[in-house]
Amino acid sequence: MPQRHATTLLEAASQIILGKEHELQLALSCLIARGHLLIEDMPGVGKTTLAHVLARLVGLHFQRIQFTSDLLPADIVGVSVFDRATSSFRFNAGPVFAQLILADEINRATPKTQSALLEAMEERQITADGATLPLPDPFFVIATQNPSTQIGTFPLPESQLDRFLMRIRLGYPDRAAERALLMGEARRELIERQQPVIAPDDLIEMQHAAQALQVADRLIDYVQNLLAATRQSDEFAGGLSPRAGLGLLAAARAWALIEGRDHVLPEDVQCMFPHVAGHRLHLAGDGRAPAPAALDRLLQSVPVS
Amino acid sequence: MPGPAMFRRRSGTAPHATGAATLQADQGAWLLSAAALTLAPHLLTLPLWVSALSVLLLGWRASLLWQGRRTPNTYLIVLIAIGAGIGVRVAFGHFFGKDPGLAFLALLLGLKLLETSTMRDIRAVILLCFFLQLGVFFDNQSLPVAALTLGASLLSIGALLSLSDPAAGTRERLRTSALLLAQGLPFMLMLFVLFPRIEGPLWGLPADAHSGMSGLSDTMAPGSISNLSLSEAIAFRAEFSGTPPRPAQRYWRGPVLSEFDGSTWRAARQFEGERAPYAPSGPRFEYRITLEAHNQRWLLALDYPADAPEGVRYTTTFQALSTQPLRSRTRLDLVAYPETVVGLDETAPVLDAALRLPPDSNPRTRALARELAAGSASPAHTLARTLDRMRAIDLTYTLRPPLTGGNGVDAFLFETRRGFCEHFASAFVFMMRAAGVPARVVTGYQGGEINPVDGSMIVRQSDAHAWAEVWLPQRGWIRIDPTALAAPGRIESGLAGALPAGEALPLFMRPQFSWLRDLRFRWEAVSNSWNQWVLGYNSERQREFLSRLGLGELGWSTWIGILGVAAASLMGLLFAWALRQAQASDPLDRAWANFSARLARHGLSRHPAEGPLDYGRRLAQALPGHAAEITDITTRYANLRYRPPATPEAVRELKRRIRTLKLT
Repeated sequence: MPQRHATTLLEAASQIILGKEHELQLALSCLIARGHLLIEDMPGVGKTTLAHVLARLVGLHFQRIQFTSDLLPADIVGVSVFDRATSSFRFNAGPVFAQLILADEINRATPKTQSALLEAMEERQITADGATLPLPDPFFVIATQNPSTQIGTFPLPESQLDRFLMRIRLGYPDRAAERALLMGEARRELIERQQPVIAPDDLIEMQHAAQALQVADRLIDYVQNLLAATRQSDEFAGGLSPRAGLGLLAAARAWALIEGRDHVLPEDVQCMFPHVAGHRLHLAGDGRAPAPAALDRLLQSVPVS
Repeated sequence: MPGPAMFRRRSGTAPHATGAATLQADQGAWLLSAAALTLAPHLLTLPLWVSALSVLLLGWRASLLWQGRRTPNTYLIVLIAIGAGIGVRVAFGHFFGKDPGLAFLALLLGLKLLETSTMRDIRAVILLCFFLQLGVFFDNQSLPVAALTLGASLLSIGALLSLSDPAAGTRERLRTSALLLAQGLPFMLMLFVLFPRIEGPLWGLPADAHSGMSGLSDTMAPGSISNLSLSEAIAFRAEFSGTPPRPAQRYWRGPVLSEFDGSTWRAARQFEGERAPYAPSGPRFEYRITLEAHNQRWLLALDYPADAPEGVRYTTTFQALSTQPLRSRTRLDLVAYPETVVGLDETAPVLDAALRLPPDSNPRTRALARELAAGSASPAHTLARTLDRMRAIDLTYTLRPPLTGGNGVDAFLFETRRGFCEHFASAFVFMMRAAGVPARVVTGYQGGEINPVDGSMIVRQSDAHAWAEVWLPQRGWIRIDPTALAAPGRIESGLAGALPAGEALPLFMRPQFSWLRDLRFRWEAVSNSWNQWVLGYNSERQREFLSRLGLGELGWSTWIGILGVAAASLMGLLFAWALRQAQASDPLDRAWANFSARLARHGLSRHPAEGPLDYGRRLAQALPGHAAEITDITTRYANLRYRPPATPEAVRELKRRIRTLKLT
C-alpha cells in the first residue's frame, strides 16, 4: 500500500516538525519522484531537522555535510590513502556514500566543491582513481541554502540549480505551531527516540508506484501548454527545459500518489509547478528569480484543458 | 540597455507593433500589388493622362521601395496633388461627379502610396483600395472586371495581414485572405438574394452616370449607321423559345424616320398606346430579349410586336417602347408576328408627312421619280418600276462611301453610286415620295447570329441597319429593303457577306479568324450567363424568386425584418461553428462546460485555469447545501477526464447527475 506508507510517514513527521504539513508533503513528493531537494530559507527554521526526520522515519543511512568555504571535493567524495599493511591505495569513502545526504548551506562552498556533490547527484555514482563506485539506492540529497544576499556565499549557477528537482521554502511556523514547539521537548531528542515507520524498500515501492500512475493525454497537453507558456511569456527570460517538464510530471505523479489517487490531475501539476519552476526561471530584465506571484500569474494564464 | 531589448526580441514581439515602424519591403510589395490590381480595371475608363500618371506614381513608389530610398518631399507630393485636382477639374469640366471623383481617387492612391511609411498610412491606402474596388462597378460590371476586383480584394486583405503578422509567408497569407473572403461569401449571397433591389436609377447617382452609351439615335444622317457598324459591341441578345425566324425576317425595329430636311432624317410624329395598332396574325415567335443599356426608350422589338408584358407601349409607327429610358441591361419577354399586315387604315396626316420633301433638293432624282410615276398604273407599279430602276443603276454597297455635297441623293444615285444602307434607304424613300407614294425610313437592326454555344441570338451594333417602308392602299405599310438590291447577302448573311472583297472588315468578321470567332462565342455565352443570373437579378426577378419561396408581397418593414433575422441567424451559425471549432466536440467537455455554465449563473463560474477538484472545493464552500452532489460531480468528471478510458455509460451518468442537480 504505497499510499498508506506515505500517510504513516507524514503523520509521524508532523509530530516532530510542527505546522509544516504541506512542506513535508512536498519534500516527500520529491523523495518519491527520485529528485533532489533544495531548501532555501533563513537559518533556524528547521531545514536540518526536516532532513534528519525524513532519514530517521524511512530508516535511511543519513549523512550531514556542512559546507564551508574551505571544504574540498575530497571531503565529500572520499580520498584514496596508502595502506602500509597491503602496500596499496585504499579508497576511504566520503560522506556522499549515504542514502540521504544533508548538504547544509551549500552556497558557502566554492563552486568546485559544489560541483563535486552536484555531479554525484546527477550520475548517482562516484568515479575515483579510475574506479566507478555506485552510490546507494535510494540516494537523496537535501541541500539547504541561505538567501544568497548574505555575505560570503557562492550562488549556485543555473546549470547546477537544474539538478534539484524542487526548491521549497519553509518559512516561519504559525503562532500555534510555534507555541507547541516552544513548550515541547527538544526536537533533537525526539528525533533520536524516533523509530523508522517504513523501510527503505517501502520507499522504493512508492517510487515505482508513482511512476506507474496514469497520465491522461489531456494532462500531457496541459503540461505542454504550461511549458510553452513559460517559453512565450514576456515576463521570463527563456522558458523551462524538457528536463524541467519531465521533473514537473514526475513530481505531480508523486503528489497524486500521496493524495491517494491513481491518476494525475491538473491540480497536482499546479501544486508542484512553483517548486519545480521557481529556481529554473529568471525574470526578463534583471535576471532575478521570479516572485511566487509571477509564477501564479503564469498558472492563471494557462487554461486547464 | 541592451539586455531588455534582446529579451523583447527573443520573446517574439513584432517590431512594428509599436506603430512607429516604417514600411517593410515585404509589406510594400503586398501593398503595391494590391494597388496595381485595384487600378487595373480603372485604366480602361479613366482619361489617358490620369491612367498614365497613376501608373507612373505607382512605378515611382515601387522603385523607391526597391532601392530602399526615402519617400519624396511632402511639398512635392502636395504640389502634384494640387496639379492633379486642377487637371481633373479641367478635363471633366466639373469636379463633383462619379467620373471625376474616381479619376481623382485613382491619382490620390498613387500619391498616398508615395508618402506611405507608417502603419496609419498603410491602412489608409488599403481603405482607398477597397473604395476604388467598389467604384469600378459604376462603370463596368462585367465578369472579367469582377474577377480582377476579386483578386484585388484578395491582395488588399493580404496586405492587411502583412501588417498584423509580418512573419507569415506569401502562400499562408494568400490562404488566410482567401479564407476570410470565403467566410464573407454567405453574407454576400444573402445580401445579394435578399437585399431590396431598387427600381429605377440609383439614388443620387450623378447625371453623368449614363453618358457615353452607344446605339442608334433618333436621327439619321449619312455616315451615322456606317460608323455604328464598325462596333462589335453587343446591342442585345434574344433567346427564342422555338425556332428563330428566317434571317430575312429578322428586322428589329428602332426609330421610324419620316421628316427629311435634305441631309438628315428625323423621327416621325408618333403616338403611344397600350395596345398594338394592328391585329397580329401569321406565325408567332416568342423570345426573351436582353437589351444593353442605350439610354433610350425603344425596345428594338422584332417586327411586329404584340402580347407584350405590362409596361410596354406601342407606337403608331409599330415600335415597342419602355416607359423609362434603358439605363441598365434590361430583360423582357416579347412576342413577334412578322407576317402581320400593318397600317391598313393609316391616317391622312401620317400619309401626308410620308410624302413631304424639302423643296428644290435633288432635282435629278425628282425628275427620274416623276418620269417613273408617269408611266405607272398604280402605286404598286411605281414601286416595282422604281426598284427595277435602282437595280439597273448598279449601286455598290460599301462601308466607306465617298462624301457627298448638298444634294446627297442625286450624288449617290448618279455620281458616286457607292453607299451604305442609310444611302440606299434614304435614296429609295426620296424617290418614292417624289413619285407620290408615301414612304419612310426605318432604322433598327437587321440580322443577328446564333451563338452555337448556348443557342442565343446575338445582335451587335454592326447589325445596325436602315430600310424603308412604303404605304400602298389595301396593303398598308410594306417593308422594302433597298440595300438588298445591291447586296442581297446583307440580309441573308450579314455585313461580312455583303461587302465587296478587299474591303476591310472588323477583325472578328474576317473568315480567316474563325477560331477567334469561336472563342468569342464561348466567352459571350459565359458572359451572357453572368448577365442573366448575376446582373439580371433585378427587383422583378427578386420578387419572382421570393414569391416562389412564399415570401412575395411583403412590406418594406417585413423585408428589413427578414433581412435582419437572416443576418442574425447566419452570424449565429458562424459563431456556433467557430465555438465548436474552438471547443472539442467531446461529450465530456460539453457536460463539463454545461456544469460550469449552470454554476456561472450563480456567480460561480470556473476560472479557465482552475482544475476540477479545486473548483469543486470552491463550489462546496460557496454552496454548502449542495456540497455532496457537487463534489460527486467534480470528482466524477476528474476521474473520467484524467483517468482514461471514459466509458460512455459513465459519461451519461455524469450528465444525468449534472442535469438533476437542483441549485436553489
